[in-house]
Amino acid sequence: MGQLLLGLINGAFYAILSLGLAVIFGLLNIINFAHGALYMAGAFVAWMLLNYVGIGYWPALILSPLIVGAFGILLERTMMSRLYKLDHLYGLLLTFGLALIIQGLFRNYYGISGLPYQIPSQLSGGQNLGFMFLPNYRGWVVVASVVVCFGTWFMIEKTRLGAYLRAATENPALVGAFGVNVPLLITLTYGFGVGLAGFAGVLAAPIYSVNPNMGADLIIVVFAVVVIGGMGSILGAIVTGYMLGIVEGLTRVFYPEGSAVVIFVIMAIVLLIKPEGLFGKEAR
Amino acid sequence: MSMQQTEIAAASPAVNDAGMSPLHKMIFLVLLAFLLVLPFVVYPVFAMKIMCFALFAAAFNLLLGFGGLLSFGHAAYFGGASYVAAHAAKVWGLTPELSVLCGAAAAAFLGLVIGALSIRRQGIYFAMVTLAFAQMVYFFALQVPFTGGEDGIQSVPRGKLFGLISLENNISLYFFVLALTFAGILFLYRVVHSPFGQVLKAIRENEPRAISLGYNVNRYKLIVFVLSATFAGLAGAIKSQVFQLASLTDVHWAMSGEVVLMTLLGGMGTVFGPLLGAAIIVTMQNYLATFGAWVTIIQGVIFVIGVLLFREGIIGVISRWLKRPL
Amino acid sequence: MMKKLSMATALCALTAGAGFAQGIDVKLGVLNDRSGTYADLSGEGSAVATRMAVEDFGAAEKGINVEVISADHQNKPDVGSNIARQWYDVDGVNAIIDVPTSSVALAVADITAEANGVLLDSGAGSTSLTRDQCQPTTVHWTYDTAALANGTGGAVTKAGGKKWFFLTADYAFGHSLEENTMAVVKDNGGEVVGNVRHPFPSQDFSSYLLQAQGSGADVIGLANAGGDTVNAIKQASEFGITQAGQSLAALLMFVTDVHSLGAETAQGLNLTEAFYWDQNDATREWSARFEEQMGAKPTMVHAGAYSATMAYLAAVEALGSAEDGRAIVAKMKEMEFDDPLFGKVTVRGDGRAIHDMYLFEVKSPDQSEGEWDLYNQISSISGDDAFLPMLEECDFTKK
Repeated sequence: MGQLLLGLINGAFYAILSLGLAVIFGLLNIINFAHGALYMAGAFVAWMLLNYVGIGYWPALILSPLIVGAFGILLERTMMSRLYKLDHLYGLLLTFGLALIIQGLFRNYYGISGLPYQIPSQLSGGQNLGFMFLPNYRGWVVVASVVVCFGTWFMIEKTRLGAYLRAATENPALVGAFGVNVPLLITLTYGFGVGLAGFAGVLAAPIYSVNPNMGADLIIVVFAVVVIGGMGSILGAIVTGYMLGIVEGLTRVFYPEGSAVVIFVIMAIVLLIKPEGLFGKEAR
Repeated sequence: MSMQQTEIAAASPAVNDAGMSPLHKMIFLVLLAFLLVLPFVVYPVFAMKIMCFALFAAAFNLLLGFGGLLSFGHAAYFGGASYVAAHAAKVWGLTPELSVLCGAAAAAFLGLVIGALSIRRQGIYFAMVTLAFAQMVYFFALQVPFTGGEDGIQSVPRGKLFGLISLENNISLYFFVLALTFAGILFLYRVVHSPFGQVLKAIRENEPRAISLGYNVNRYKLIVFVLSATFAGLAGAIKSQVFQLASLTDVHWAMSGEVVLMTLLGGMGTVFGPLLGAAIIVTMQNYLATFGAWVTIIQGVIFVIGVLLFREGIIGVISRWLKRPL
Repeated sequence: MMKKLSMATALCALTAGAGFAQGIDVKLGVLNDRSGTYADLSGEGSAVATRMAVEDFGAAEKGINVEVISADHQNKPDVGSNIARQWYDVDGVNAIIDVPTSSVALAVADITAEANGVLLDSGAGSTSLTRDQCQPTTVHWTYDTAALANGTGGAVTKAGGKKWFFLTADYAFGHSLEENTMAVVKDNGGEVVGNVRHPFPSQDFSSYLLQAQGSGADVIGLANAGGDTVNAIKQASEFGITQAGQSLAALLMFVTDVHSLGAETAQGLNLTEAFYWDQNDATREWSARFEEQMGAKPTMVHAGAYSATMAYLAAVEALGSAEDGRAIVAKMKEMEFDDPLFGKVTVRGDGRAIHDMYLFEVKSPDQSEGEWDLYNQISSISGDDAFLPMLEECDFTKK
């Protein structure tokens, strides 16, 4: 029971990250390998805001994603926009290179052992749930993640802006003909997706140590989550994120050594049986 | 050279260049001459490392550049074979050539199993399936006792070639490695420029048409996958003999990424691109090691510049200038 | 350069053993992690420490021309062994210093023996370096897993932490640390109630901590390193594990890790180190000079690189040559060193450097007077108790 809850908490991070990745893939057709690095950057920005400017956790939760998002927009405008007509492969390679640069820079300036970031005082301590001790902060992570994920889902599936987005995914030329500024839409979407990564980074900062490698190994797991959920499927990314968090959590109890590989086993099975992913709409 | 031009060849339009063009022949000869002198100019172990990776990248390029299949799990064959070869040499006490063959055979088997499952998927899904399997191989390598966990298999004996010639000396080992890798690369070249290679190109360009022409597309894909895995394995097996070491680095997914980088930097789908790409990356890693953390940044910058400005890769660009396939 | 070298060799051949030290060329290679997990605890700092040793030894005045070069092995055995080979074969390096990450250290130890160089290992922890893979050219200076297990494991068990649960990184280093500590715990009358092996590296430890909590153990032993240990401790404090009465024992932890956790989170933690900057005037003075160059206090790995280099240079001076690695190491084994940082040090026949180890406790935030004021010393463990006894077949002085 306790392990299920813990799995859900980890799933919360997977869900936010894979959501961002899915949104970006859906609209830009770019597999954003820099997602992990930007997640790390989100945590670092929060740390810098605190230590250089004196801005605490709560404002950082809004500011840091905005800063990371703005940085993402800059990358999109200057580099990625040149690659849209090409194979997925190039987008993946470009973002892989960007990830190396970002991680390398942080490593040079802040070293590798990580920096401390305290849990905000309002959320320190925890609740005894009977079957386990739940730190308040972890509870907050789940709540924040659920709100953000389903908020995003609602926005994309149910609002007018979301309708534009989905339409632009299907047929950018046609949507452009209706007077919608498609390039702007794309840029903002990338900024938003990346901002989500930054948000996850701030959420993670008090739990994990803020260090330049925190996103490096995560990215490939999150990537697998998106594939299992179905590339570009928003709901798929969210649900699979939570689900795999739980599966991984259970593996940690029964076969801890295997928890790093279980996601890939699932990915292989899913791809071989249902290649469009659990929630994907069409096979390619 | 044209004895393999069977009835399949007739169906392929561009089969005329099945033999080696004079330009390619010349480049291969110059390359060979260069490699014969190389160990006396630079450090032989470094030169051997370049050759291993050149073969690895060439094998990978067979799949990506000519088969149109992006595998993101080639480290599995490279590293898997290096473990098997190291084990064969150290524990079973086999001679170097047999150990290397063992490694390549293991990679071929692994490629057959993984390939048979993976080729049913395409594009990014294919890449992800191969990645998933490679992660499982990595996990396996981490868990089973014979690989020695993260210590790897160390102090692998270099042994005596055919039980006669000692390879302890760097120079004699160099020529053993040179012979193997050069033969491997020539073989891959031959495959690409054979009728078989032409069918591959046809499948890459237009799969439905190839099917309607009566080709068993999946069989071709599987063969090319196994070939690519085998030669990637050969490269890994040789590497374990050169460094006397098989380690987790070789099966890690970053290694799969590295070979993609080499191939793209040099020019995918070109004959000489992957070789040059491998040489550049290995040289860079070697000489930038003193810069510490800057290495990753410099690599990242090369990636970005490469993707933005030189998508065809270095050889690709040169080949466009010369208006000749290289 | 080559000419100079061969001249020096010729000269040394004439005067070998006579204690002449005229125009000896020595090239030292600092090989460690400069971009990964261990970059802060070794990295550039070890190169700085080595250069400080060269200066403090007064090498130039004694006619020893020392050149220090450095490279990044990225924690990969193949990269490390490639560099080591090249250093010995091409660049004329005489000794390789530091080499954290056991897998790389073991590979470099083999190559060093082949090339008749010297490996002065400070950063790696594997006991194999002086046991099943011992070499006549290896000197293992700073610590090993057995010393850590003896220090922390022994002290904590004696202090009443009888029931242990291990949280172990699933790789060879973690396994050997776990195994060593389990033996020490049992020797001291404790018992092991369970263990869990987590993939390396991991971000989230909550699940394992919960298992540890459920085990009813007194002590949770963290048989991992670097970022894993830091995250595990951070999350243990978050889940109220320490408040609920279980204590943590970090089996391998460096002052940089504690610094990154902050005294708030790490307080009360027991750990074993060979060196702490605030031990005495000599360590404080040296550490202040180190901090000027690096902007951080030194770890025991940095200190080890410094004092191993000092000892090495002393042996080179005595022999009058840096060419024969086996002879230098044999000489080091005959000498006794009175080191400003490590105190009395001898090198045993198997290459294990014997010196005191110290058990520390991390200060609470109100005790701590600065960001680096982190440890209280609890006890010191004599070198003979800390390290494993020598294996007969590894005693190279008898061969």
